[in-house]
Amino acid sequence: MSATAVQVRFADLRSEISLAAFATLVVALAFAPWWGGRDDLRLLGDIFAHVALASLWNLLAGYAGLVSVGQQAFVGLGGYMLFALTILADVPPLWAIPLAGLVGAIASIPVAALVFRLRGHYFAIGTWVVAEVFRLLASQVSALGGGSGTSLPASVVTAIAETRAMREFVVYWIALALAVAIIALILLLLRSRYGLALTAIRDNELAARSNGVDVIRVKLVIYVFTACGTAMVGALIFLQKLRISPDAAFSVNDWTAFVIFITVIGGIGRIEGPIIGTIVFFALRQTLADQGPVYLLMLGAVAIVVMLKAPKGIWGVIVDKLDWQIFPLQRRVVLPPAQNPTRSSP
Amino acid sequence: MEWVNTIVQGVLTGGLYAMFAAGLSLIFGVMRLVNIAHGDFIVLAAYLALVVTETTGLDPLVSLIVVVPMMAAIGYVLQRGLLNLTLGDDLLPPLLVTFGLSVIIQNALLLKFTADSRRLQAGALEVASWDLGQGVSIGLLPLLQFVAAVVVIGALQALFYRTAFGRAFRATSDDPAVAQLMGLDNRHVFALAMALSLAVVAIAGVLLAVRANFDPSIGPARLIFGFEAVIIGGLGNLWGTLAGGIVLGVAQATGAKLDPGWQLLAGHLAFLLVLAVKPEGLFPRIRG
Repeated sequence: MSATAVQVRFADLRSEISLAAFATLVVALAFAPWWGGRDDLRLLGDIFAHVALASLWNLLAGYAGLVSVGQQAFVGLGGYMLFALTILADVPPLWAIPLAGLVGAIASIPVAALVFRLRGHYFAIGTWVVAEVFRLLASQVSALGGGSGTSLPASVVTAIAETRAMREFVVYWIALALAVAIIALILLLLRSRYGLALTAIRDNELAARSNGVDVIRVKLVIYVFTACGTAMVGALIFLQKLRISPDAAFSVNDWTAFVIFITVIGGIGRIEGPIIGTIVFFALRQTLADQGPVYLLMLGAVAIVVMLKAPKGIWGVIVDKLDWQIFPLQRRVVLPPAQNPTRSSP
Repeated sequence: MEWVNTIVQGVLTGGLYAMFAAGLSLIFGVMRLVNIAHGDFIVLAAYLALVVTETTGLDPLVSLIVVVPMMAAIGYVLQRGLLNLTLGDDLLPPLLVTFGLSVIIQNALLLKFTADSRRLQAGALEVASWDLGQGVSIGLLPLLQFVAAVVVIGALQALFYRTAFGRAFRATSDDPAVAQLMGLDNRHVFALAMALSLAVVAIAGVLLAVRANFDPSIGPARLIFGFEAVIIGGLGNLWGTLAGGIVLGVAQATGAKLDPGWQLLAGHLAFLLVLAVKPEGLFPRIRG
């Protein structure tokens, strides 16, 4: 069989329908300023930020096997870059978001050089130590309020848009665009050669290496990509909040523990998982928010139960039952003579 | 001489960090589990001691008679009932479940005891110190912490290499499948290891709580100190862990002396420096 005789396809009819439904949903969400109130926009913006963070962590841990508990380093770095660039360097706030991503990507390279020396669990806690270093360094910057933090000055806030309503719309659209772009990029990445390499590494790292996959390089690319995305989301989150402090920016619970819970509850190692998990997270939060710490306690308990009883998460259970993917990643080999799509894996 | 005093205080604090580290190192050695909730268990032990001292009027150090067995029992049950289910090739389940426990313990303590900071009252012991002259003085309490750390680590070392218990731990660590074939019940061995780990945590928690204020949120930082001491000292070497704790304590004391804001930063940088130049730690395992 020659190489040209075989085609690889991803989509089938069902996934085309569900992708179209997803695209419709995104368009409907883009018009939210016309049908939703201020509180709806704020809640949806928060949801988009969490979907983006969880999708990035999912790529890192679920696909590349890099279980980091230090992603708050890049959330905080992104947030602080937004404040530093706009306050100290007069960069327009909307430009500060991609620049924060760039800084996150650059900073992640020396960080990787250090933490990649640690394996498994020790890698996880090593990334946390780096995040602590970032937090302590941020609290030393007196121009940004030191340990108590600072607010975004009015001049910067009005630079986003003149009226408050328009500002809220703009920040909302950025949140939606960033979440959709991150999911789309992850999808493209997983469909590329890197996606194949990642699948090979996930299934058997040694076998992948002996088949010529440069494991370290693939992991480094994913780590840097994730850091870049996470820093942009961090800049967005603190553009939503308009106020930053080292403890809020580098919070391990907010930006890592809950993000991990979201991913695991929804389904780790699947694109759809973080979206489902975020919906569960916000449903819990909206119903139990009055109870204070109780909802966090519940969240921890739900995550433990899901991990033990259904380690593939909610979406994993759905896939097992219905064999259905919204975002098609499964490679289907198409043989020209019979025109019969057969699946490459069961 | 001021510097000598700084270093002495750092060394003494290092003993406490070594005790945080010993429990962490123990369970990693036996079952390759990193307990993210380790620091929160230290805080839980401190609150248990608080309840015991407030209800019975016992001295904090005497309360260890109650707190140590309680924590050991929690450790055994937790391992048997929950953590044994997470062990396997995949490192995510133990990490996620202990992360979940960490969030649960923090928020449960917050519900029960609020976010106010507390402290165990140890009376005259808190301020007693020896003045060695020339600006160097050794507090009785820090000295007690250090001696306790040496005793705990010495006892663990003896347990590991001189008892049937220790042989079971080492056998399970080397090859769990073969250990099981030889008649060891791994689930029981792991549960005993966790019980021992949380017994050490109980001692560390009470000694921490008489020395400094605590509140429900300080656990994760204690986990990080313990982790840094383990890596600086070298994996699998208990005396190395003590040395790692001392390096960390001295680095923090030195940083604090230069600028109060640099205390924690100096400790973390010392850790990252060791990681950069000697990733296997200063005293990697040479035996066992």
